[in-house]
Amino acid sequence: MNDKFCLVNGRVVDPARNLDEVMPVAVNRGVIVDAAKIDDSYRRIDCTGKIVCPGFIDLHVHLRQPGNVAAETIASGTAAAAAGGFTAVVAMPNTSPAADNAGAIEYLRQMAARTGMVRVIPCGCLTKNYAGEEMAGIGSLAQAGVLALSDDGKCIQDHSLMRHVMQYARSFHLPVLDHCEENSLKGGGVMHEGTWSVLLGMSGIPSIAEELIVARDIMLARDTGCRIHIQHASTAGSVNLIRAARKKNLPVTGEATPHHLTLTDEMVKTYDTNYKMNPPLRSEEDRKALVKAVLDGTITVIATDHAPHTQTAKLVEFDNAPFGIIGLETAVPLTLGVLVHKGRMPISKYVSCFTAGPAQILSLDWDLAPGREANVTVLDLEDEFTIDASKFKSKARNTPFDHWKCKGRAVLTVSQGRIVHSLLD
Amino acid sequence: MSFTWNRKDLLSLYDLRPEEITYLLDTAEEFKKVSQRKVKKVPALRGKTVVNFFVEPSTRTRVSFELAEQRLSADIINMSASVSSLTKGETLLDTVKNIEALQVDLVVMRHSATGAQNFIAKHLKCGVINAGDGAHSHPTQALLDIFTIREKKGRIEGLKVAIVGDILHSRVARSNIWGLLKLGASVTLVGPATLVPKEFEQVGVRVCHNLQEGLADADVVNLLRIQHERQAAGFFPSINEYARFFGINEHTVKFMKPDAMVMHPGPINRGVELEGSIADGPQSVILEQVTNGLAVRMAVLFLVAGCVQK
Repeated sequence: MNDKFCLVNGRVVDPARNLDEVMPVAVNRGVIVDAAKIDDSYRRIDCTGKIVCPGFIDLHVHLRQPGNVAAETIASGTAAAAAGGFTAVVAMPNTSPAADNAGAIEYLRQMAARTGMVRVIPCGCLTKNYAGEEMAGIGSLAQAGVLALSDDGKCIQDHSLMRHVMQYARSFHLPVLDHCEENSLKGGGVMHEGTWSVLLGMSGIPSIAEELIVARDIMLARDTGCRIHIQHASTAGSVNLIRAARKKNLPVTGEATPHHLTLTDEMVKTYDTNYKMNPPLRSEEDRKALVKAVLDGTITVIATDHAPHTQTAKLVEFDNAPFGIIGLETAVPLTLGVLVHKGRMPISKYVSCFTAGPAQILSLDWDLAPGREANVTVLDLEDEFTIDASKFKSKARNTPFDHWKCKGRAVLTVSQGRIVHSLLD
Repeated sequence: MSFTWNRKDLLSLYDLRPEEITYLLDTAEEFKKVSQRKVKKVPALRGKTVVNFFVEPSTRTRVSFELAEQRLSADIINMSASVSSLTKGETLLDTVKNIEALQVDLVVMRHSATGAQNFIAKHLKCGVINAGDGAHSHPTQALLDIFTIREKKGRIEGLKVAIVGDILHSRVARSNIWGLLKLGASVTLVGPATLVPKEFEQVGVRVCHNLQEGLADADVVNLLRIQHERQAAGFFPSINEYARFFGINEHTVKFMKPDAMVMHPGPINRGVELEGSIADGPQSVILEQVTNGLAVRMAVLFLVAGCVQK
């Protein structure tokens, strides 16, 4: 039934093609077609007053399958993605077993084909079982179709190994996505080290635990020529390092999460474990620096670090709770609020953070030109609503944003030519 | 006074208004008299059940609470982590929900995780009294410290209190700071920068890394226990060096005003943070703190129990 349709009267914002005008976008059998040449057999979907964009990509998602299907599955995670406006998600490889070999990538591909609602882009480990000890079979992973590499959740501490991994990854034209964290400085920390950790008496994770590795990675990018992407940058210092590196035209990119753009460490005083994530919520100064970095183009990607956990796992003492929150179904409304409505970010730059930004890292052609696979996200910037976690498609409920009042969200998601989410009549 | 206490939990002095703290201290004064009588028992909590749930081991605080409960005629159950189902994998919330289902009125809890009591109190109808959580809060210790200061000096407002030692890991320090600031004292934190973070200055306390400067004008000097494991973690080079630069001994005691009082929450490392002769000397109020702890805990139990819905 979704085979042939045309989105009409919408404002098409396609950053990769520098396009911003009201025009139709037509889809036939999974492919974008020239809207000037379509006949009456296409169902018209009115998008008056809406923004029609290339499909949103989330560069940082934990689908938990295999290993922890009580928290999330490929089916539920991709359903959450569709509901949140995402047409493609990059699946982090720290599953159990880990996606550190071609067989695991093949499993992911098959499960995604069978149960996924949106495209699942595989990402392989840098090291075996992401243990930071021995290089994973990066060539085989490339051959199996991964578009990026990451040991997310952990960070290679051995600089020589990291250097070799980056040299080797460059041979296969793969970008390295790094979770930047120096283990000895992180210690047993559970929140940002700063005023609130000191007042609450909690073990802190200092900003330099992240910044030291960001600096290392930038130096290694210069040294090896490998593209490095800084995952979930959280501190003002990290942002400054990335900005300086990009000024020198080094192959460095960075991402920010919606929660680091909207929350600070002060929230930990509630002891709600939905404020426990890694990297931790930082100070207001860091949050402002992060917003500024997205606005000025230092950070080119917004990614959720969607990290589902069961209620049982999260409903414990703060010290004992796992890190992470879900984000797929709240990312667009939260970031529209902080960046577009509050920050006056031009909509094309905003859309780029979810489309051209991540697509460039993944070396994907990602726009609405005729002939492309039809991945489309339609935004309504004015739609006012209240977040209701009980209605989430995700299996998990670990979000601190339940009951938040928001303005703007994705109202239509088209993945690979199929309408997978629609709030339009 | 037309003041009424209306909290079913005592979690942290950070949550309390100054008049609530004063009311607690005034109530403790009344209960102190009970322990001076021939029959040291009142029926205030008769028919009430109190569970002392010490997930983190404790001796002196547990004994003090237990005795306070006995003197108020409460029924008492003692549980530790090793005898609870926590060792069988039950979650903390399930454990305390099960305790509550036995129609318990109050849970007195100690836990090594910061905020554990704040977390469970949200889910319980029975009262929760914090007997120490992580490095966060130990409200009854701070109340007994402040009670002792008030008893000796006649006031809190305008006094200068120095707290010396491992502030970073101390729930005693964190509780004293809030209580003292709310009642109008000024607070100086003394110790090496590894153990006394400068962030405390943001709430209006003075941070000082030199003992002589820190003690100079103090009316009260509260010493914290130095734990040996902090040395292994690299916070200071050796116990000896700590004692030399931040311990109170016959030499450094001269930095104090002659009428400054010496306090310690115990247990003391004699010869480390405090020389034995000074712990036993005329400036020390350490054993009076222990005595007052009983009165303060009776007051807390009594007031909190009065607010638990039945």
